[in-house]
Amino acid sequence: MVGSLLLRGMLAGLLAGLLAAAFGALAGEPSIERAIAYESAAAQAAGEPPEPEIVSRDVQRGPGLFAAAMVYGAALGGFFGLAFAFAHGRIGGGDPRAVAALLATAGFVALALAPALKYPANPPAIGAADTIGARTALFFIMMFASLTAMILAAATGRNLAARFGAWRGALTGVVVFVTAALFAGVLLPSVNEVPADFPADLLWRFRLASLGTQAVLWSAIGFGFALLTPTARHLSASD
Amino acid sequence: MSKALSAPAASLAPIPVRDILPWLVFGGLFCLLAIYFVGAEQGATALLPGHFMHELVHDGRHLLAFPCH
Repeated sequence: MVGSLLLRGMLAGLLAGLLAAAFGALAGEPSIERAIAYESAAAQAAGEPPEPEIVSRDVQRGPGLFAAAMVYGAALGGFFGLAFAFAHGRIGGGDPRAVAALLATAGFVALALAPALKYPANPPAIGAADTIGARTALFFIMMFASLTAMILAAATGRNLAARFGAWRGALTGVVVFVTAALFAGVLLPSVNEVPADFPADLLWRFRLASLGTQAVLWSAIGFGFALLTPTARHLSASD
Repeated sequence: MSKALSAPAASLAPIPVRDILPWLVFGGLFCLLAIYFVGAEQGATALLPGHFMHELVHDGRHLLAFPCH
């Protein structure tokens, strides 16, 4: 049963990655191209030689983007399937589709929205090469902290829901998540490496496109998994 | 158990954690590795030499909000 849920999750994630990449290509690629043009102009002005291209831009914005989003989607989908295996029968009531929708929402908030509020996505041309290690570590720490906050919130909410009703339980869960995620966000150092003359509208459009790409990814994982999910009766069977 | 069988919709038997754990260890490791290759390989750290992986997933890495460059 668990293996089948894992596979279903990865399949839903693969398809979700396809949709997310299509959205990203439409909504995000124009900003990426503009940012690369800014980066090249800045490098040229500074007298730096152009960097050699190992993978052509055509491959990067086409097959490369789709491959990245689909691999990432499949990986998230795998975790989604495992989280579903655990959550089903424990939270969200008896309807597997409701559990899938709840998990997809929680996943988007914990792994995309909250980390983006602390460390928003940056287009090419932003970010110094010598800080990449620290920035990557901080980003993963924020994701981990946010995910931990979500698990804590779910556990608290579930316990309180059993005693004081679903509404109060859910509301307390939200408060626990927001408090814990805010705590992590305030404790972690901020990063701002945006050049002074970087176009503000470009930054905004890129960040919006990035958030949109992830919203498509998580929505599609939730819907896709719900479509692929066996009925509640099959899930309660012990095989 | 007989209670759960008599009312399957109201109280579904959750999958025991000991059944999930082995899948979480192996499936989770595999999925984490995939996330690492899309999100961080040949950026902060590198298992493979060169820049091919970095450039291939470049646009996806940016759009999926991972730090890059």
